[in-house]
Amino acid sequence: MLNPDLVGRTFTSADSVTVTKEAIQKFAEVIGENNIEVAPPTFAISITLEQSQALLQDSGLDWTRVVHGDQRFELKRPIVAGDVFHCSSTIESARNVAGNEIVSVRSDLNSGSELVVSTWSTLVVRA
Amino acid sequence: MTKFEAGQELAPKTFTINRKLLIAYASASGDQNPIHQDETFAKSVGLPDVIAHGMLTMALAGKYLSDIAGSQSVIEFSAKFIKPVVVPAETDVSLIVSGKVTEVSNGTAKIELLAMCNDIKVLGMAKGLIKL
Repeated sequence: MLNPDLVGRTFTSADSVTVTKEAIQKFAEVIGENNIEVAPPTFAISITLEQSQALLQDSGLDWTRVVHGDQRFELKRPIVAGDVFHCSSTIESARNVAGNEIVSVRSDLNSGSELVVSTWSTLVVRA
Repeated sequence: MTKFEAGQELAPKTFTINRKLLIAYASASGDQNPIHQDETFAKSVGLPDVIAHGMLTMALAGKYLSDIAGSQSVIEFSAKFIKPVVVPAETDVSLIVSGKVTEVSNGTAKIELLAMCNDIKVLGMAKGLIKL
């Protein structure tokens, strides 16, 4: 079970992530997108997911039992190659429903002081 | 430029999902959860078979939005993962995405998306907001 003390806490990645053209291209190729001038709308997840994973694993949750419940993106502008992001993630809520742990995580991608993309993920840790 | 009107139905598109695509998506997204690649593992945790990443299904629905408006125009996008997309070995699974314009205001259009797999709705409350 997730430590309730972690709810509301924000974790900021120590390392920045640089978006490469190759990473955008690899993601775009999977979905058949030819335009790689900007990243596809859900590309941010390839950065924020790792952060959420690390966060939950550090909190003692078993990632292999995690099912994605829902996902939301807000994009202030598209992600482009050369963007350098710091990711900060906040566990917004955690509740237990019928033995399943339901955790909501918000992750923000910031380029310097500019918030570029926010993502919200609801993760269900199956009992 | 495409003109959008509330109530407008947008033509469906079919995307093919197979095991090869799941491996490619795992590599591109960094989500290497074995439930999306390893049949034995997936079944050991009570799943019927390997299932697609919910985020792959959403990425394909995102491609549908990009085809309508361009990736740079998508400013909000959300979905619930209500049913798994089961991907048996050596099988092409069809994901059919369609859309409807529900609102046009303030230089934006709201698009409601429907994503179906084998006649089952796999994304719930799927919607995008695009900048016109």
